[in-house]
Amino acid sequence: MSAHVPINNIIPFSLVDGPGARCSVFLQGCNIRCAYCHNPETQSLCVACGACVRACPARALTLEAGAVVWDSELCTGCDTCIGTCTYRSSPRIRHMDAREVFAEVSSYQPFIRGVTTSGGECMLYPEFLLELFGLCRAAGIGALIDSNGTIDFSEHEGLLNVADGVMIDVKAWSDAWFVHLTGTDGATVRKNLAFLAERDKLEEVRVIVTEGWNDPEDAVDGIAATLGRRVGAARLRLMRFRHFGVRGPMASAPSPSDARMDALEARAHELGFGEVVVS
Amino acid sequence: MSDNGYLNIITASNLTYKQKVLHLAQAAENSVRPLKTTKEFDRFFEARALDDMQEGNAPYRPRYICPDYQHFSGHGSEFLHLDAPRDLDDLLWGLSMVYNNVPSVTSRPVSVGQLDKIIDPFLDGVSDDEAKRALKHFLNYIDRTVASGYCHANIGPEDTRAGRLLLEVEAELQNAVPNFTLKYDPAVTPDDFMRLALTTAMKCANPAFANHAIHKHTYQGGYQVVSCYNVLPLGGGAYCLDRLLLPGMARLATSVDDFLDNILPSATGELCNYMNERIRFEVEESNFFQSSWLVKDGLISRERFTGMFGVAGMSECVKELLHLGDERAYGTDPEADELAEKIMQKIYDQVNEFDAVYSEVAGGRFTLHAQAGFSDQVGVTPGVRVKVGDEPEVLYDHIRQAASLHRFFNAGVSDIFPVEPTAEKNPDALLDVIKAAFSIDDKYLSFYSSDGDLVRITGFLVKRSEMEKYAKGEAVLADTSHDGEGNWRANDLADRKVRL
Repeated sequence: MSAHVPINNIIPFSLVDGPGARCSVFLQGCNIRCAYCHNPETQSLCVACGACVRACPARALTLEAGAVVWDSELCTGCDTCIGTCTYRSSPRIRHMDAREVFAEVSSYQPFIRGVTTSGGECMLYPEFLLELFGLCRAAGIGALIDSNGTIDFSEHEGLLNVADGVMIDVKAWSDAWFVHLTGTDGATVRKNLAFLAERDKLEEVRVIVTEGWNDPEDAVDGIAATLGRRVGAARLRLMRFRHFGVRGPMASAPSPSDARMDALEARAHELGFGEVVVS
Repeated sequence: MSDNGYLNIITASNLTYKQKVLHLAQAAENSVRPLKTTKEFDRFFEARALDDMQEGNAPYRPRYICPDYQHFSGHGSEFLHLDAPRDLDDLLWGLSMVYNNVPSVTSRPVSVGQLDKIIDPFLDGVSDDEAKRALKHFLNYIDRTVASGYCHANIGPEDTRAGRLLLEVEAELQNAVPNFTLKYDPAVTPDDFMRLALTTAMKCANPAFANHAIHKHTYQGGYQVVSCYNVLPLGGGAYCLDRLLLPGMARLATSVDDFLDNILPSATGELCNYMNERIRFEVEESNFFQSSWLVKDGLISRERFTGMFGVAGMSECVKELLHLGDERAYGTDPEADELAEKIMQKIYDQVNEFDAVYSEVAGGRFTLHAQAGFSDQVGVTPGVRVKVGDEPEVLYDHIRQAASLHRFFNAGVSDIFPVEPTAEKNPDALLDVIKAAFSIDDKYLSFYSSDGDLVRITGFLVKRSEMEKYAKGEAVLADTSHDGEGNWRANDLADRKVRL
């Protein structure tokens, strides 16, 4: 039995987290700090400073025994708490174990094709994922991992056996750009990319296209070179940077032009990617 | 109608010539009153507890006609002096001439037929480009001349070349007419064909999707989906559609028991009798079936018509009966949903015990239709749909709620979901939802992109841009833009929850 983990949100129907209709489970907490993160409130665990409790207009938050308690019934979803928090966290966290999450996920059958775990970084909770995916698989629900790729998948063979695949971000190829964007290097991401392709568990590779915060062309080239002959089996998603939800220096950064996206898409096709999705 | 009323039609600045002719014809029809009604019926009618859908006082044609156009494509028409078509050109020109001679309650055809099956045999030796060019002319002809959003084409469940070409052309044309329904059966329809249909639906709100595995059993000899998703016999249709206005009935009731034990059976009985009167007049007095060329040329037969018994406004009815405040609503409140089911079961039982005249194709019974709303009626949510604003939080619960009531309606029941534009990139997600919905016996679903110009009103399609023109006092081609404009405002349709 896995422990209770912090769940930021469970979305019954997602159009953008893998093939078909999917239930997305967002885990709270992340090991890196991407400048373009569009849900930075999922990055950290609550420190119970109480700022959001005082700010909540619906009085849906209270401090009890040194922890912020969220009343979902009173909550109006106004997001004042998210705007108030300076720790990149959220008080609207549910602590659930794999069985509880599975109960919720499976209540959406027969509508969903699968579950996708995201975050934050869901690979911070591999034991939880292992149990959840085992339950899903037994119930005929597919399971995908959406990861930033900085945690070594070769150490989680058991989990990969019960997962349909991994959707992995390649935020930049060179370490210089990687550090510039995330504060950490991309060595593990590059290793994972090769490993997951080799294991036939690479569901999707994603590159966020920014103006001046990474080098997406270099990333696409690097991915193609690493995948080698497997490039034809890979789905590449080129995502246009959008500032919605972003905080910090990139909050007012521009989105790339259509021309740039088109050029990058053409480049990806030339490199032989099996499927190129622009979103 | 007073002399002034006629003059108002004649001098209107926001009606086209054809619309004026139609309005004048309706006024003339309503100047006579050949149907007998009972005092009790009149009392319900006055109280807006039931109505005749403004079908006119003296029905001289069936409400909806679904000609067997394949009969035409095989045999031609003696009346129209047309030989059986030999090639695609013959066929499409011939059909265009046929459509121009098919009446309905709106005076325009509500069905242009099962187009894929009609057209496919004529595509041999025709390139895709040639076929698409011809189909564009053909579909534009329908849009500009039929010009009624109640008009419908059907395709599926099989994947055909004609079906694919029609979808591709539809996406380019962005026409509001005809509507398309794809008869979907997961055992027959390939996923790949559905993906094309769904990406098309995200571009132009067409097609919508009917649960073929269920509907194929409704009538012997095939069916067509027309207008606001009325499921009707092919080669026949519906004499009439009259309806219970449940909110008006609820206002007459002193209690839930009074509603169930007195008002409901009384109004249901009155409406059934009234429908028999209408049908008798149509069949025995109007001479429609004796004189129609459609009968003589074998495109329809009297024996394939039935009457549709409609139900509207369940949401407001249940709210009234249970005195629901703002916190509880039909669609999410268990007591409200339970009462709705009880009401439907009673209506179903009573209608299915009633001997409907001239309705052989439906086993001598009226068929039940979840009436999908009408013009600018405030406070009557279509059929058994959840009122806009009261939708369950989770889409799946919304569909489950809908499906639980769909089983009562054999002649059409449907739901409409606006969808995030991003769904175009993931048609599989919509396909998963349709498969799941149909697996729990949901009968009909339609989608439109929340940012598109084409929007669904109660079932029919209109262009937002055309409604806006009409609202400003300009004349517009399709009179469904009139109905749409009123309904859009009356039912807060712009506020429909974007579901996917």
